[in-house]
Order: sequence, then C-alpha cells, then structure tokens
Amino acid sequence: MIEEIITSGRMNPEIDPILHVWGWEIPFYLFLGGISAGILIFSAYFTLRGRQDELPVAVKWMPIAVPFLIGIGLIALLLDLSHVLYAWQLFTNIRWESPMSWGAWTLLVITPLSMAWVATWLEDIFPNWDWKFDEVKAMINWLKNQRRYLAQILILLSIILGMYTGILLSAFNARPFWNTSILGPLFLTSGLSASAALVSFFSKSEVEKRLFTRIDIILIGIELFMIVHLFMGHLAGTQVHIQAAQMFLGGAFTVPFWIFVVGLGLILPVILEILELKHKFVPAIVPVVLIVGGNLMLRFIVVNAGQASRWLY
Amino acid sequence: MRYAMAVDTLKCVGCSDCVVACQTENNVPIGHCRDWIVEKTTGTYPKLQLEIRSERCNHCANAPCVRTCPTEASHYAQGGIVLVEESECIGCKACITSCPYDARFIHPEGYVDKCTFCIHRVEKGQEPACVAVCPTHCMTFGDLDDPNSEISRAMATRKWKSLIPEAGTDPKVFYLI
Repeated sequence: MIEEIITSGRMNPEIDPILHVWGWEIPFYLFLGGISAGILIFSAYFTLRGRQDELPVAVKWMPIAVPFLIGIGLIALLLDLSHVLYAWQLFTNIRWESPMSWGAWTLLVITPLSMAWVATWLEDIFPNWDWKFDEVKAMINWLKNQRRYLAQILILLSIILGMYTGILLSAFNARPFWNTSILGPLFLTSGLSASAALVSFFSKSEVEKRLFTRIDIILIGIELFMIVHLFMGHLAGTQVHIQAAQMFLGGAFTVPFWIFVVGLGLILPVILEILELKHKFVPAIVPVVLIVGGNLMLRFIVVNAGQASRWLY
Repeated sequence: MRYAMAVDTLKCVGCSDCVVACQTENNVPIGHCRDWIVEKTTGTYPKLQLEIRSERCNHCANAPCVRTCPTEASHYAQGGIVLVEESECIGCKACITSCPYDARFIHPEGYVDKCTFCIHRVEKGQEPACVAVCPTHCMTFGDLDDPNSEISRAMATRKWKSLIPEAGTDPKVFYLI
C-alpha cells in the first residue's frame, strides 16, 4: 500500500482537490481559434491556387466570420484572466519559451490581417458595397494588389494559431495527459475539419460542396489516426502517462470521449459524408452539427482531462 | 548563491506549525496556504512506514512556471528563488498548470501567489518563517554554494531525495531520509 495525503488541510480554491483553474473560457477559445485558423487557411490557400471564383464560400464568404470568432474568443480569454487589468503586460515582452506569449503576439497580428483580408473581398461579395472615402478605396485597392503576400502570411500565421493552442497545452509537462506533441497537429487538423464541414454546409455550389466534403473525410481520417497515436504514445510512456491514458480507457473520460468525440463527432459524420458523396440523401445540417459539436467537445475534454492528470498525490 | 531548503523527514512530526507561521508571516489569505504537510504511508499492516513532509514551492532551478509565464511575472530572483511580480501577473494561470507540485494558487486579488522562501526575511539575514518556528528543528535553509553552510553539510552527510525530479524541474527543496 502507498497512501500519500495532505494532512494540513490544503484546500486552495481551484487547485484542490483536483486542479480546475481553466473553466469553459479556455476550451471555448481554443475551439474558436481552431475554426478561425481553418477558415483562413482554406481561404488563403485557394486564393493562391486561383480558385476564388470557383469556391466563393470558402474563399470569400467564410472569412467574414473570422474577426467575429476571434473577437468572441478574445473576450473569453479576457474573462479567464484573474488579473485582467494587467493584460497589457502580454505585449511588453516576447517570451519565446512561452507558447501563450507567442499566441498573444500572433493574435495581435492575425486579427487586423483577417479584417484586411475580408475587406479585400467585400466588393466581390456585395456588388453595391461602397467604401465612401477615396482614401479607404485606395487602401483597399492596394490591399487587393497585395493579396498573394497577404495570403502567404495568413497561411503561416493561421497554422501557428491552429497549432499553438495544442502546443500551449503540450508544453505543460506537469499535466501528463497534455504532455504529448501530437496535440498541436491534432487541434490544427480538427480546426481545419470543422471549417471544411462549415464550407460544405454553407456552399450552394455542387463542386465546392463535394470538394470540401472530400477534404473533410480525409481530415477526419487523419484526426482518428492522431487520436490512436496519442493513446499509443501515452501507453508507451511513463507511469503518469499511462495513468493519464487510463482516464480514457475505463476512467472518468471514457464515455464522453469515445461516444461524443470519436463516435458522434468523427465516425458518424464521416459515414454520413461518404453517403453524401455517393448521392444518398443526408440532411446537410446533421454532419456539420456533429463535427462542430465534436470539435468543441474535444477541446473541453482535453482541457479538463489534462487538469485532472497529475504527478503527485 | 543557490538558496535551498532541506526537510528532515525523520524529525518532522507533521504539527503544521510551519503552515500557520507562513500564513501569519506572509498574511496569506484565509482558505489558502503556501506550504502544507503530506503524510505518506507505505507497507501492509502491521508493517507500515510513515514519512511526513513539510512541502512548499520547490524553487526549481529549471522552473516550468518561469518558462511558461508569458509576461516574465514569474522569475528567478536572488539565489534562484522563484518569485511572482504581482504587477506583471495577468492571472492567465499558465504557471499554475505548469507546476507539477501544485504549489501555486490565485490570490483573491487576482495575481498568482506562492512561497517566496520568505525572501524579505532572508535579505535581512533571517531564516524563512517556517524554518524559524519549527519545534523539532527539522528544516534547514541556506546556500548550497557555501560548502560550510548548514544545508550543504546536511546534504553531504545525509541521504536525501527531492520530489519528482523526473519531471525535469531540478527542485531545490530536499528531503533528508
């Protein structure tokens, strides 16, 4: 028998008995950040490939949501800060060892760039759009000419945005469940998958719908592969990593994870998408709701499970 | 200078005097604590072994909290003591999740708080409050770089361990066993 207990009655709020300093705000932000990154990557990539007129929803329409999604995500982040009046301190330092620091700087750059990106498409989407002032018109025209550079920068920054949320968690070796480098690529892939599902849902064009359904099927396949590897890595790790994996293999997170994230969030929608491609009737709303819901659930479960996994006591 | 602390587990009786002394000295808000007592029981009845440890922030030389802090609020001060600068802390809690010892907490005023090795006393040449009040004198505080310091001698002559060194933190609180 080994029993290790704190006998002096340590009960620091949100630390004991199980760490829970990050509530709904962080996973909700990770979810919005992931989708924003996915949308921008598709939009910028297909612009570089010159397919903006063939894929209008992915390239021109979806990015409109991004500044709003990032804005809501930032509000969630600010709500999480317990010493929020000092939040400006984030921008007095660049700390390369802290993923949260370069995440903050990435957001500072990508938010205005995503707005500029949307601005370059508004006249395409709304023919009657009028920028009213000549200076603004001149600036938008200049931005339009820079679209290729803008797209390249956006792809790079969006990959950082999509990945850093996972890397942020994997940098905490104190929480064995997070301590796997696959979380970065997993979150990036799931963000891309949710945005591909949203594009195929909102698109009216058959070409665009089918292309993004196919992309989504591939992305979900990659996600499933990564989830298997996540557990393989943990199970081949140290005792604390094995214990972390066991929370999902019989422990408290087994049902929510395997049923809601893997079953309803990945496997069922991928079957529905395959049926869609075979021209079987599937209500379009079903796979997208399942995928986006599964995406949100994945982040909530990963954030909570990480906090529940530990080295001591 | 490398400050460190050694806790003699053969002398510690788990009276929690160190916990109360810390709360009084540092005006730790009610319901929170910067140090605590752990009792570890191993074996099978009736052959049981008990180890009692007074624990706190390990003032790690490779502190994950300092590494993950986005604002440099968590930093190394004199002698390797890990401190939080309240006016730079944004309350993001990255340091709390990165501490494998769960040694940090959120002060009711919003910033993150933890053991300071009573640096305000150490600067005046005094011992940390927990060390000063210990009725069994089980704790030693001092400079590891000084081979004649009490802690260096204790570490040289006694068997010791630190908590989860496999987490790569290089902790500076040692337990004499």
